Amino acid sequence: MSDDAYNFAYLDEQTKRMIRRALLKALAIPGYQVPFASREMPMPYGWGTGGVQVTAACLTPDDVLKVIDQGADDTTNAVSIRRFFQRTAGVATTESTAEATVIQTRHRIPETPLTEGQILVYQVPIPEPLRFLEPRETETRKMHELEEYGLMHVKLYEDIARHGEIATAYAYPVKVEGRYVMDPSPIPKFDNPKLSDNPAIQLFGAGRESRIYALPPYTQVVSLDFEDHPFRASKADHACDLCGAAESYLDEVITDDAGSRMFVCSDTDFCTGRQAAGHRGRLSPLSKEIA
Amino acid sequence: MDGTQNALLVPSTTDTPLLQVTGLTRLYGARIGCADVSFDLWPGEVLGIVGESGSGKSTLLSCLAGHQRPDAGQILFDGTDVLALSEADRRRLLRGDWAYVHQNPRDGLRMGVSAGGNVGERLMGVGGRHYGRIRDTATDWLGRVEIAAERIDDRPSAFSGGMQQRLQIARNLVTGPRLVFMDEPTGGLDVSVQARLLDLLRGLVREMGLSVIIVTHDLAVVRLLADRLMVMKSGHVVEAGLTDQVLDDPQHAYTQLLVSSVLQV
Ligand SMILES: Nc1ncnc2c1ncn2[C@@H]1O[C@H](COP(=O)(O)OP(=O)(O)OP(=O)(O)O)[C@@H](O)[C@H]1O
Ligand SMILES: [Mg+2]
Repeated sequence: MSDDAYNFAYLDEQTKRMIRRALLKALAIPGYQVPFASREMPMPYGWGTGGVQVTAACLTPDDVLKVIDQGADDTTNAVSIRRFFQRTAGVATTESTAEATVIQTRHRIPETPLTEGQILVYQVPIPEPLRFLEPRETETRKMHELEEYGLMHVKLYEDIARHGEIATAYAYPVKVEGRYVMDPSPIPKFDNPKLSDNPAIQLFGAGRESRIYALPPYTQVVSLDFEDHPFRASKADHACDLCGAAESYLDEVITDDAGSRMFVCSDTDFCTGRQAAGHRGRLSPLSKEIA
Repeated sequence: MDGTQNALLVPSTTDTPLLQVTGLTRLYGARIGCADVSFDLWPGEVLGIVGESGSGKSTLLSCLAGHQRPDAGQILFDGTDVLALSEADRRRLLRGDWAYVHQNPRDGLRMGVSAGGNVGERLMGVGGRHYGRIRDTATDWLGRVEIAAERIDDRPSAFSGGMQQRLQIARNLVTGPRLVFMDEPTGGLDVSVQARLLDLLRGLVREMGLSVIIVTHDLAVVRLLADRLMVMKSGHVVEAGLTDQVLDDPQHAYTQLLVSSVLQV
């Protein structure tokens, strides 16, 4: 049951309408950063207040909410946000990607392909991809307006000059529908291909910086690169040690003081689902009942 | 060279001036920045603008280069009315066909980006997307401004003032601009460093057939570089002509003072 001391999903209706207007504008101009009047939320900024406000503006009583943090449903951050909406909106929650209608995420796109009708809400710390080389906000806005994106490639050039390859592994810049350059939030670049042509609605909320941007379903999203250093959606060259998945994004986990390591899916729902279906990895318990 | 698709404007024929300026005026309130300046610049020509401090040299240059808007006058670049261009077209001009060398290299360089990235930026700005070719061009240009190739990945903050200025020049010339603006490019440098930079500039101007408008209060600079000269005083052009003529046989009393170095700073 929701807590009656709050309006549905915490924010008052007027604030939600304001955010929805920003969301509609963002969807109408894919990749464009729309300013909005970000509100104080009862949690620290680092906890994704931008994403929380977007989720609050999207939720309806019938929604089923999933919240992930680096792919996991059970981190403090994910649990707190999920509880927050259970309390303030009384919505059903799930850990299953397929069952969720709204998914708020920090730093990952679920492995299970999203479908039409789903909404993926990203928590964004720094919305401006040009910030790294051009700190002046007036100038970066002008650069977006006039499509002056040479500077984005200077950043990639610097990467190759220093590391021999494009070392940017997170928040890898993309171009949306051949127009706006966008920061996809700090997802691993492994997830970048999933941004493109995705049937779900993708919404990005930056609380501290008061910006919203969006990708409507089936938007073309291209990762920036050089002809002779093409974009690669890299991941650790292993299979998941628990479910054996070879094509999912993996976290490296140190398992003992001797420095033993294992690789496991960062998407816990995906991994447990595969294990339940009988898939096994290198370190899976052999007996069925433990799995 | 990588992607020099900056043919924004119709190519010129050599029997028309590259730049035609008429009645250019810029006021700061009641104070005159520059007033009623008119001149033509021909392709391959170097025009020097000299005058004492406060005479309006920088004001004129920044109006010409589109950094500030004049209150009156007209600027035609290759027949195109520059002041009537959209901001997008104007900025495209600044990235491609035009180049601007600042007095202080820090104003014209990205201090947080390597030398190679600084030189490569304009190439990438006009569509260069091949890392290897961008790097080769940057290496070549570092050589042309006498910076060792192995410094390509160093940041300009690790360079001396003279090196920074040479890097700024390379960064500006790499796309083969058709018109280069320079505001006191040798100012703030030691005399020996100045001499070397001047030699280098003269070599590049000759070699590339650059069209340049250069502002300075150093007559030695214009003597070495400029084909023609404009002398400014209190915002007005008081004398103009071939450099040697103006310097060797100044007509205006102010120019005579300037040449006799009474007014030199
Ligand atoms: N931003 C400004 N606001 C007000 N007045 C200005 C401004 N910039 C220049 N001026 C005035 O306009 C006149 C011309 O200045 P300008 O900087 O163009 O001279 P300059 O010839 O470049 O001098 P210097 O050799 O010292 O660089 C001066 O009287 C100056 O005080
Ligand atoms: Mg000046």
